[in-house]
Order: sequence, then structure tokens, then C-alpha cells
Amino acid sequence: MIYLDNAATSYYKPPEVIDAVCRALKGMGNAGRGTGDASVGAARILFETRQKLSDLFHADGPKQVSFTSNSTEALNTALNGLLNPGDHVITTMMEHNSVLRPLYRLEAAGVAETIIKADRKGLIDYDDFERSIRPETKAIVCTHGSNLTGNLVDIARVGKTAAAHGLLFIVDASQTAGVFPIDMQTMHIDVLCFTGHKSLLGPQGTGGLAVRTGVEIRPLKVGGSGIHTFDHEHPSAMPESLEAGTVNGHGIAGLSASLSYLEKVGIDFIRHKEQTLMTRFYNGIADVPGVTVYGDFHSMDRVPIVTINIRDYTSGAVSDALLADYKIQTRAGGHCAPLMHEALGTTECGAVRFSFSHFNTEAEIDTAIKAVREIAAE
Amino acid sequence: MLRKELKLIIAFPSTSDAIAAEKACKENGHAGRLIPIPGEISAGCGLAWAAPVEEKNEILTLLENNRIAVEVTREMMI
Repeated sequence: MIYLDNAATSYYKPPEVIDAVCRALKGMGNAGRGTGDASVGAARILFETRQKLSDLFHADGPKQVSFTSNSTEALNTALNGLLNPGDHVITTMMEHNSVLRPLYRLEAAGVAETIIKADRKGLIDYDDFERSIRPETKAIVCTHGSNLTGNLVDIARVGKTAAAHGLLFIVDASQTAGVFPIDMQTMHIDVLCFTGHKSLLGPQGTGGLAVRTGVEIRPLKVGGSGIHTFDHEHPSAMPESLEAGTVNGHGIAGLSASLSYLEKVGIDFIRHKEQTLMTRFYNGIADVPGVTVYGDFHSMDRVPIVTINIRDYTSGAVSDALLADYKIQTRAGGHCAPLMHEALGTTECGAVRFSFSHFNTEAEIDTAIKAVREIAAE
Repeated sequence: MLRKELKLIIAFPSTSDAIAAEKACKENGHAGRLIPIPGEISAGCGLAWAAPVEEKNEILTLLENNRIAVEVTREMMI
């Protein structure tokens, strides 16, 4: 099987991640629930992982990094915990449903939103952020990179606009954390939402949010905390204020190992390798008659994704042919990005997404190119 | 087992602060260990740092320099 669906989840995990999860499963207590080695050992692993994430994202330290089960939970926490009826929020058509659906639900509760339009290449006009600001605007929330086209958003530029107008800036880094440099300080990011299982190369069920000091978020969940048992209120001190119940300690042990792997290998190396593979694939299929490529490829400094359609075939049929005849795993359909498909004009047919890992090989890319060429020629 | 001696007890607003305190103290050569928070300080559960009372000033300065939040500091027989 050739796995080219890394934007959904990274299939190949470094061996040390697998070892760390196994080690944790063989002996890990519940963090913050006791003083024995098992429990404190778990708390130490959590703390060390918070520190690594803070270092990676230039956050405000380990105490400002809370764990969630994925980006969706992090985004729900940030959006529900910061926006109130009467507020206005700005977002874009590039967003995943993990941003859009919480906003639609908040809209019903009285939070207004402006969704910045994207063009047929999936690009937004950055001046639209400035133009959309109202007196009651509270925040801008946007992705760092489209999970459908691979187009990047210049979050440093958006962050500058947010900071200039005193707005909160919430970033969905699901497709970029672990591959692209993210600096919460220079990019003026107030809340960075990430998942552990994609380009951070950790286990599914891990993720979190890094929060600028002073930004107070109402918790999405309250409950067990390990401290202040007899208080009716959930403890308000970060990072546990945004974590109720036992966190995924076994998974976070794996995430800690994957962060060490990223540090060792270097995200610049990983990004270069993935973009080289993406470029090889793009060059091999872009000019093939019958192949339509979506997104902006004027620069190859983009998320390593190439999304296409072939002739008038449905995306599901092409993806199925790739799997059945070539054992290539891709992703067809809507990719949880309904407005991005609307902008691209692919709402009806969907699209076939190829997304690359640095663990992929040139030979695998060449097989995928051959497969696309043969299907287009059928 | 329950022999008591005078100790410096520091309680924290979060588990992360407790772990950060342990890390900072160990890295700076201070004796001490994490214990269940004494009932005299809080009727809940949680972690506290127990250390020799004579290191109080140095430890509190260390925690402050490392931006580690402290909820309660007490010298008590434990």
C-alpha cells in the first residue's frame, strides 16, 4: 500500500513514538492523582511535553499549553470559551468544519461572523480582514494552511492586523504544526490549536491549545482535576483549567517522543523533503490532459498537498480506482471543507487529495504519477 | 512511619506548577519531595512540595524567578 493521505493522519510514526506508547502502557499512573512514582511520573511526562510544545511554537511556557483530544476539541474550547453573544468574529472560506461548525452553532447563540471569500484558486484577499472589522469584532480565527488545496495563509500578516486592532487571533495549525515554523510571539497568535496525530507524528487522541498569558478561556468541560476537590468550580489555573478528567497520558507519552524526533530530524528537513515529493508529483501530473489541479502553485513553499480531479469522473471513483488497481490510498470527497469546495467549484464532484509525508519515497510518487496518467488516458 | 518533623510546605494552584517546582528544586540541588497536600492546608487532593525549612527563602526566590505560582506556604510539623 502506498499511503498518500497524510493530511488526514500520518500513517508512518517514528519507532520511538511506538516504543514510548508501549512503555507508557506498561506502567503509567494518572497524572496529578497521587504522589507515587506512577502518578508523578505521568505528571512529569505531561509537563515535559507541554515544555516541548511551548518551545516548538514559541508559546508562553509549559503552563500555557493545555491538552485536548485533537484540534477540533481545541478549536471548540477556544471559540466557545472566548466568544459571547453580541461579539463578531472573522474567518475564511478556507476553514475546516472544526472551525465552521462551532461558529455556526455560536451564530445561533448570537455571535455574528464574517467569512472572507476565497477565489477559484482558493486564495483570499488579505485586505478583507481589515475591511471586515466592526466595533464589536472580538477575534479572527483562521487556518494556517488549507487541508484541501495546501494553500498557506500568511498568518504573520493576519496576526499583525489582529494586533493592530486589538483582536484575538486564533490559529488552526492542524496541517502545519511540525512542518512549518510557528512563532506565537512574532505572529501575534493568542491561541494556537493543534493536533498531535498529523504532522506532529504522534498518536491519535492527542492535541491541544497554546494560549497567550492573560487570555482567559472558559473551559469547555469541567470535572475531575486532581486538586480542589471540594470546590464547586473547576480550578482556574492554566493549563489544567482547560483539562477535565484524565488526559490521554499514554498518547501524550508518544507525542513527547514524536516532538523529540522532530527536534532531532528538524522540521526544515521534513518540510523540504515533503515539498520536494509534492513538486515531483505536481510536475508529473499537472499537464496531463483531463487532469485538473486545484490550489495555488506559484510557489512550492506550501502544505504538501496536491488535489485534483480527472476528466468528469467523480472523486470517489478515481480514489477507488487508485486503491483497487494501484494500492494507493488517497482521500476523495469533501474533506470537511465545504466552503473551500464551494470556492473551487467542486461541491458536486468533490476532489481527490494526495498528501505527502517525508516517509514517502520518490518511487511511490512515480507510481502515483503513472496511475494518474493511466486513469486519465482510459 | 508517622514520625513528624518541621517542614516547609508549599501548595500550588495547579499540578503543572507542582511539577515545575519539583524540576526547578532538583535542578538547583534543593532537597525535598512531592507529598499529598496536607489536610491542614486544603481539604482536597493535590500535590505539595515538602522541603527543609532552612531553605525556605532560597526556594521561594527560585520559584518566583521561574514564574511558578504558589498558593500557600507554611511551616508545619509533618
